[in-house]
Amino acid sequence: MNMLNVALPKGRLGERVYAMFEKAGFACPSIKENNRKLIFENPEAGVRYFWVKPSDVAIYVERGAADIGVAGKDILLEYQPDVYELLDLKTGICRMAVAAKEDFRDDPARPLKVATKFTNIARNYYAAQGRDIDIIHLNGSIEIAPILGLSDVIVDIVETGTTLRENHLSVRETIVPISARLIANKANFKFKNEPIEAIVKSISEQMEALP
Amino acid sequence: MIIDENVLLSDEIAVYRLRSLYRSYGYTPYKMSKFEEYDLYVRNKNFLVSDNIITFTDISGKLMALKPDVTLSIIKNNKDTPDTVQKVYYNENVYRVSGSTPAYKEILQTGLECFGRIDTYCISEVLTLAAQSLSCISGEFVLDVSHLGIVSAVLDSLGVSPAVREELLRCIGEKNAHGARAICEDESVPEAGIRMLQGLIAAYGDPKTVLAALDDLLPADLAKKERQELAAILAVVPGDNVRLDFSVVQDMGYYNGIVFKGFVNGIPVSILSGGQYDRLMLRMGRKSGAIGFAVYLDLLKELNRPAAEYDVDTVVLYDDSVDMGTVRDTMQSLIAAGKRAVASRSLSDTITYRAIADLRK
Repeated sequence: MNMLNVALPKGRLGERVYAMFEKAGFACPSIKENNRKLIFENPEAGVRYFWVKPSDVAIYVERGAADIGVAGKDILLEYQPDVYELLDLKTGICRMAVAAKEDFRDDPARPLKVATKFTNIARNYYAAQGRDIDIIHLNGSIEIAPILGLSDVIVDIVETGTTLRENHLSVRETIVPISARLIANKANFKFKNEPIEAIVKSISEQMEALP
Repeated sequence: MIIDENVLLSDEIAVYRLRSLYRSYGYTPYKMSKFEEYDLYVRNKNFLVSDNIITFTDISGKLMALKPDVTLSIIKNNKDTPDTVQKVYYNENVYRVSGSTPAYKEILQTGLECFGRIDTYCISEVLTLAAQSLSCISGEFVLDVSHLGIVSAVLDSLGVSPAVREELLRCIGEKNAHGARAICEDESVPEAGIRMLQGLIAAYGDPKTVLAALDDLLPADLAKKERQELAAILAVVPGDNVRLDFSVVQDMGYYNGIVFKGFVNGIPVSILSGGQYDRLMLRMGRKSGAIGFAVYLDLLKELNRPAAEYDVDTVVLYDDSVDMGTVRDTMQSLIAAGKRAVASRSLSDTITYRAIADLRK
């Protein structure tokens, strides 16, 4: 049977998004069982879900292993996968921002040292301003980079700002608002158009019904 | 000798079928050198799929490139014939970065180009050949067609700056209606304009239905000529597999009018891409119009043909005690009976076989 393959990000966001798919008529009750399985399918509904690392969803979709998936806008901006971005799911809301030590003063005469996981986003943001920067790619605990003098600023996702505050950092500029997006593989969109359009329509209606 | 298609790989089958198809429509083969002056690509960088090019200095000191593209070379080397039509097809290796792997690849590409006086028939013939090319590769295919004149007219009507227009064009390519709305709202585009743009992004389906929907969506005089042209062209293109999809966008600095992309089930990206590129012709000092497409045959490797159950039907085992003539006769009689056979001194772990013919004493 020609199943619709859906890549969901592991974690709370994925669970919230699954509820939307369930309401859209693509339920898969086994997904709620508490086990370590990563792939769940419901042949009657014609759907197969799999949990993947959030930053990998776009890869599964771009390469067609998943027909559709849910990925953060941060990942789409950073990796620019060749996919359709069909819906803003208005969940997983945060922002990509520049943060620095509370007492940091920028000196435009020298390159700005920027620590980040999102090197492409940071590079594009400062290139648009014509600012010379020195990018430092880190994989985690970005907040300590300015404290230890590794960088002047950081470019990272800010949700509530608690981590920044606790480390005496503050947001200087917001680069772009982030939320979860429904993405689709460009080729599979043509060959599984009916179920994909049905999901898009139902989830849009669910979001419109929200207060 | 009749070639058994079972022994050919998907891309090899496609090469023969496509060559035969293009020849039957009077397209003549075009052969060219593997190298081209680098300067040609520098001047037309955005026309290329990828701007990574392998360069080298030839013995006269000129900076040369291993061809990353075929179309530019054909235009450069062909005479300008604005009053007649030239139709050529090619089957060439190009060298560029393909897909998300950051490495150069040799890519087998086939395609056709039509130069000169391009009329409605020429365009519909190229679209028909694009659809037939896809059907040569797979029974399950879709040819998505767009008209850049319509997309351009809608964007013009919004009255936004060139930078915002580029952003909106990217949203159209991503079918990103919410992103387009956010950009338009930031630019204070009137609600009617936003709805029109979102309608264009959402429009997808069989040409008749989408064209009728466009008539309701767009003001009567907006892109009227282009809509009529699109309807006239698609009325002549046969097949249920053609879809109108305005997310097919090509660089507007080079392309104009009809653009299209082809997909086959089982390959996650488009395997055929083309369109009218009168603007590229103008940039290269030509008066002719042009339309063409390329089929990326390297992608066909993803269409897995079912692997044979066994590597060979029979292993013919021999040693020094066996007369070599007997080995030859055994092999020939098996092959004549349509079997795949291999002569070997011993059984190997690396091949699988259905039967053994042990000639050893």
